[in-house]
Order: sequence, then C-alpha cells, then structure tokens
Amino acid sequence: MTTQTPPASEPAPAAPASPAAKGKGPGGRDIPTTVVVAAPDLSDNFTEYLRAWGKRIRNGESGVLPVLGGLVILVVIFQIQSSAFLSARNFANLLVQGAPYVLLGMAEVWVLILGEIDLSVGYVAGIGAVITAILAAPPYGYPWWASCIIAMLATGAIGAVWGILVIRLHLPSFVVTLAGLLGMEGLLLYLVNAHGTGGTIRISSSALLDLSNGNLSEVASWVVMAVAVGLFGAMTILRDQRRRHGGLVAPPLAVTLMKVVAVAAAGVALVYVCNINRGSLFGVLRGVPYPVPIILGVLVLYTFALGRTRFGRYLYAIGGNAEAARRGGVSLGWNKFWAFVLTGVTSGAAGILYASRLGSVSNNIDGGTLVLYAVAAAVIGGTSLFGGRGKMVHALVGGLVIATIYNGMGLIGLAASYQFMVTALVLLAAVTVDALARRGRDNA
Amino acid sequence: MSITAESGAPTRTEDAGQSLLSLQGISKNFGAVQALDHVDLDIPAGQITALVGDNGAGKSTLIKTISGIWQPTAGSILWKGSPVTVRTPRDADLLGIATVYQDLALCDNLDIVQNMFLGHEKLKARLLDETSMEKIAKQTLADLSVTTVASVRQPVGSLSGGQRQSVAVARAVMREAQLVIMDEPTAALGVSQTAQVIELIQRLGSRGIAVLVISHNLTDVFQVADRLSVLYLGNLASQGPIANYDTQSAVELITTGTVSHPEQHGGNANNHDTGGAEP
Repeated sequence: MTTQTPPASEPAPAAPASPAAKGKGPGGRDIPTTVVVAAPDLSDNFTEYLRAWGKRIRNGESGVLPVLGGLVILVVIFQIQSSAFLSARNFANLLVQGAPYVLLGMAEVWVLILGEIDLSVGYVAGIGAVITAILAAPPYGYPWWASCIIAMLATGAIGAVWGILVIRLHLPSFVVTLAGLLGMEGLLLYLVNAHGTGGTIRISSSALLDLSNGNLSEVASWVVMAVAVGLFGAMTILRDQRRRHGGLVAPPLAVTLMKVVAVAAAGVALVYVCNINRGSLFGVLRGVPYPVPIILGVLVLYTFALGRTRFGRYLYAIGGNAEAARRGGVSLGWNKFWAFVLTGVTSGAAGILYASRLGSVSNNIDGGTLVLYAVAAAVIGGTSLFGGRGKMVHALVGGLVIATIYNGMGLIGLAASYQFMVTALVLLAAVTVDALARRGRDNA
Repeated sequence: MSITAESGAPTRTEDAGQSLLSLQGISKNFGAVQALDHVDLDIPAGQITALVGDNGAGKSTLIKTISGIWQPTAGSILWKGSPVTVRTPRDADLLGIATVYQDLALCDNLDIVQNMFLGHEKLKARLLDETSMEKIAKQTLADLSVTTVASVRQPVGSLSGGQRQSVAVARAVMREAQLVIMDEPTAALGVSQTAQVIELIQRLGSRGIAVLVISHNLTDVFQVADRLSVLYLGNLASQGPIANYDTQSAVELITTGTVSHPEQHGGNANNHDTGGAEP
C-alpha cells in the first residue's frame, strides 16, 4: 500500500542544459554571467565547521544538544540530592520507566510533524495493553507475539479512523482525537470490567512481563551495544565519504569521529552501569533491560523512515506548506493517513510496554496524563507543535527528561504535586528556548 | 474580438518559427461574469512575453487556464502546433509548462534541495538519493548563476524574496520546463532583489526557455520582455514585439484598451489591435 508515491517511472530531472547555451540572448542581449562561489555550509575544514555550527545554533537550529545539557543538569541535581539516583538499580529502573513515555512521544511526533495532534494516544495505549493481555490469557491463549501484533494492528486501525475523519471530513484533529480520548477511555473501562477482576487484568505470560522486566545477558548487552555503535559509525562515515566522492561538502572527519566516539562512550557507560549487579539479597540482576534495545530499534527504524524515504519527506512538506506539497504532486490524504496509523501502532506498543512493567492493565490508567507527557516529551525534545519540524530523537530525549523528573522526584521523596509542577516548568523552559531561538532566526 | 499582431504583416520576430503555445479563442466564464473573452495569445519559443493589464483584466485567469487549474469555457490550446487539453497542473507539468506562483509554493521548513525536488524526488533503491539530488540542484542554480545562496542545505524560510524566487524558477528549469509562467515575480521585492530576478528571467530566455511573465511594473517589462501582450477587461487588447510599444502606449492600452495616436509609434502601429474593448 504505497500508492501515496507517484509512479517510480517519473522522468528524472536530467542534468541541465550545457553551459554553452549560456550567455547569448535571442535579441543579442548580453547576459551577465557571474562565477558561482559556493559558500561553505558545514564544510570540510574543522574551524570553518565549528563556526558554521555556532551560526546554526544562533539561528535556532541547535538540535538536541541544549536539551541534553538540561538533562545532564537534572541528573546532577538529583544525584546531589540522592546518591541512589545514579545507582545501577535506579538507572535501569529509570530507563524502563521512561520507555513508554518515549514511545508515546514518538507516536505523537508522526502527527505533530504534519501540524496535527493526537490526544487519544494515552487511552489508545491502554486499549493496546488490554487487547494484548486478553488475547495472551485463557480462553484465547494466543502466543505473546501474536497478541502484541493483533493489539498493535487494532490500535493502528483506531489511528486510521482518526485519520479518515480528519482527512475526509476535514475535521480538526484536536477535536477528533479529543472525542477519541473520551471514547477510548470508555472502551478501556468496558473491556477491563468485562474481562478483568476487580478493575484489573493481570498479565500472566512471562514473555510479556519480560518485555519490560527482562534483561539482555551481560555478553549480549556488550555485543548489541558494539554492533549498534559500529553500524552508526560505519553509516556516518560512509555517508560522508559518498558526499565527498560526489563533490559535496561533508563534515570534517574529526567531527564525525568525535560524534562516533561520543556515542560509543555513552553506549559503554550504559552497558557498564546496567551490567553492575543490581539484584537484591535473593538474586543477581545484571544486563541492559529489554526496553532499551526495543526503543533504540524503533528509533532507528522511524528516523530512517522520516529521513530517507519519500513518505517522511512528504510529511515534513505537508506540515510546512500543505498547498506547496499538493502542487508538487504529493498526495495529502494518503500520507496523512499513514501518519495517523503509525501513531496508533506506536501508541499500542507503548501501552504493551507500560502494562508489561506494571504486570497488569488497570481501568484507572491515566491516559490523560500519558498523552500530555507524550506531547511534552516531543516538544521538550524540540518538535514543533505547528508542524514541519520534529525528529524521533526529540521524543527520546524529551521522554528521558520527563522520566528523570518523575523518577528523581520520587526518589528524593517529593510528592506528585511537585512532579507535575516541575515538569510544567521544564516544558515551559523548553518551549521558551525554542521560541527565543526562532525569534533569533527570524531576525537574522 | 481581438486582432493579433500576427494577423498583419509578419514581423521580424514571428518568422523565427511557430508558436510554442498558442491560445485560440479562449473564453472563461464564472457564472455570468466573463473573465476571458476569445483571447488569442501566442507565446513563441525562447522569448520572454510580458502579460500586462489592469486589475481584473483577466491575467490570473489566463495563466490559471494555461497551467491547468481552470478549464476554459471555450477555445483551444495549441502546444507546439497540436491541440492539447490541460486538465490538471500535472498535465501542464508533463507538457513542460511550469508556473511560478506569486506565493511561490515553497515549504519554508525544507531546504533548497528538498524544495526543488518536492514531489519529484530521485530515488536509489527506493530511498531518497540525497547526493545526486544535491548535485543536480547545485548545478541548476549554478547554470542560472544564482550565486547569492550560501548553502543549498539551508531552509528556504531563511532566504530573501529574490532568492526564494530563484529557487522556484530553478525548480521549473530543473524539470526541463519549456515554458515558465511567472506571476508578478517582482511584486514584493526591493530594488536589488528585483534586479536579481530580472537577470534570472533574461537567463531563462537565453537558455531557450519561453517565459510568460505577468507584471504591473512597466519598467521591468520594457527591460526584460521580447513581446508584450495587453489584456483589457478579458480581451486581448494588443500583442506584438516590445519594440512596437513605448511606456505611454502600453499605459493607454492597459487603461483604455486602445491607443489614441497610433502614428506616434514608429510605423509599427498596424501591429496594435485598436479595437480591443469593443467588438
């Protein structure tokens, strides 16, 4: 179902006419021909690169680095307040806690890029969890993976319904998914009360519980990390080489190597901490929790889809200027439709991870707070609410910030009231930084 | 009815060859309103034709008819001598007609390369082939001597009005358009930006691309155009080589549809249609 793209046989725009055609007008006019001097964008030269990079930051194209800086500050504050914060046990716990927020944030990024919003992701996640839990238990007793796939297809179908309503009837997505939020909360209550006992459905499948609570073995942790970093490094360096080979500018090798080394260092630190025994008296607990490779896999897949495929390009185009995209021959309907479907599928996956961590699905899942965290994660990371700007990695960084606040404030014994207020301040700070940066760009 | 310049003695520019695009008796009604009334317009290949007229004269309706946004109520369109129907912008695109709209139809959040290839991305193994797209985009801009953009990877939103115009034109050229229609390309631009765009239009002409440019600015028109076509209240009041007109006669044609003293204009007055407004 990739009919949204124009036929691949589209005649490729051939190389422009030979320069010999230049310089002679029909009326014998003399045409001024100027020599092209391509100014360096992010050039081969290291100092030039740094200068161009600094300019980009001033122009508000700072990327995720400021947010990462904020995350580091938060971590330092919490570590000072409670030495247990960066302990192996809490670190792994934080990653597992943050995973559903990150996935929900990624779900939201699909539609935020379009300039739309999906307020229903929290309860759609709940629906995904309920379907999985029901199907994996008797009387159905489906294998865990089949239950997950069916649940994610179902939540994808829910997203498809929102998409069709938005596209066909031109309803604002805010209202459609607000109705969806209420309707899905009702459906969730209905399903849990019909199939559960005492307002919860327990998850008994050990494989499902392992999704959030299981860990890679120590060796597997190192291997997965090494392969991931190796692939990242190889792809980055290969891409730069291809660009240079094609006569285009690429970041200097030193910068690329610094990036790869930074990623490798982060990976080593992550695996090292996770491989410290964090078990209690009764057992040994080591290794990277499964949610980490799951999230990273989804991140790579989605980033690839957004950055390297026509579909991804068209989402940005529609979010930036739908009319321009339409005139370019982009099908607005199909691309929007698939974005809504992907939001639904990803929400379902987030719900499964969430329920797996809790061991059950309850009828009092707070889908309202979940969706607000999802939007906040995307926006804190740098995704625009107005469409056209956003990346999957924003949801990762923003989700980690939210999980850090949630976890850290719980650890130092502050009540939920403080958590909400601090999250609010961080969200405001993130949007303010973004708005100021954008003003800087407009004035430039 | 309008009588075109071609109906008189053939002039120097017309004998170069047949028209690239020729409109014959094009009419367009919106309900009771007749926006175009039997317009016969000729656009020769490789020449810059300026389309002028007062507000409401039908300029926009005319280019929208050519670019496939609206269907003519009556009349036919000849492309390289054979009749064609242009039902959608895509049809126009396939013929080689590209329209650079006043609002430019660019995505501010996408960079120059992404905008130039929007809807026509080059793929390699089903994935975006950024390297070759960037190369082609750079080459096209270089061929058009667009020198002012620092990087083809900067978002279009950060460009000046003239640069945006250049990107929109380069996109048309890159798709091998044979006719580029430009709607008020200099309307919102300052002096130096206007000069930039004028230079760009001249370069299109020098590359053998026909240009139909709508403008209110007669100074620009006389600077850049090879031919002039004047619309007046939905009629083609006059068309012919630019040498047959001066500012005064052009203004008269725009405001009244006729020229009061044709003999003032160097003996070429027979190329004017002097009965534009009244049948």
